[in-house]
Amino acid sequence: MEGLIILAILVGIGYFYGTRIEQQHFQSLQHRERQVQTLPTSCVGAKTPIPQAQAAELFVGSVVISSDYFKTFVASFMNLLGGRITVYETLLERGRREAVLRLQEQALAWGAKHLINVRIETAELGSNSGQGIIAVEVMAYGTGIK
Amino acid sequence: MAHSSLSHRSNIILTNIETIPGKTIVQHLGLVQGSSVRAKHIGRDLAAGFKNLVGGELKGYTELLQEARQEATDRMVQAASQRGANAVVNVRFATSSLMQGAAELLAYGTAVKVE
Repeated sequence: MEGLIILAILVGIGYFYGTRIEQQHFQSLQHRERQVQTLPTSCVGAKTPIPQAQAAELFVGSVVISSDYFKTFVASFMNLLGGRITVYETLLERGRREAVLRLQEQALAWGAKHLINVRIETAELGSNSGQGIIAVEVMAYGTGIK
Repeated sequence: MAHSSLSHRSNIILTNIETIPGKTIVQHLGLVQGSSVRAKHIGRDLAAGFKNLVGGELKGYTELLQEARQEATDRMVQAASQRGANAVVNVRFATSSLMQGAAELLAYGTAVKVE
């Protein structure tokens, strides 16, 4: 019984704060994405001719983002039923957008006119034992040219 | 952000495209790589454990991995300069987790001489 109460409290905390943090994060992402709109970003670069430029530099943006207790709890149930695990979809979306944003912000600070050959990679940080934390690292890298 | 560019400590140019815009490659010097294996210390692990309750960014880990990636890149740049290169093109990054709490960060690319 006590275990159940503790679990309910943890899930409650996770839901209350986790949802708030997620909403704030999405708002901040939207706001910052508007500021970097001026930077054309693309994945091409390996085989397509690139715009004329005088200087180039490699930029990396990365973020480690973790799940909250509520998401972890709900996901373990969704996992039984299969299908879309919506709680993790938003988590990964936040991570990707944040990583790309950081990349774009750094390139803009350097004075880049274009950001080309952008690559996104995701690495799992948590352990498989189920004991540790659930977190993913998302990194985005690309070449800024000016 | 702590650093705006990975190559800020040296005059070696890094890109992840096959050329350096505004310059021509005169010599290819082969594959260079650098890696760094890092583990998170227990304090950071504990803090992350608490943060895992409410979710969001784990800043300690973000910084840890950034430092490790910087070190891997520095080692790659060192290898490139030993060969007499002044640029590394087609840089790629890879992360692999070795065991619980430790990760290897790898950076590799082609060392070239540009003019």
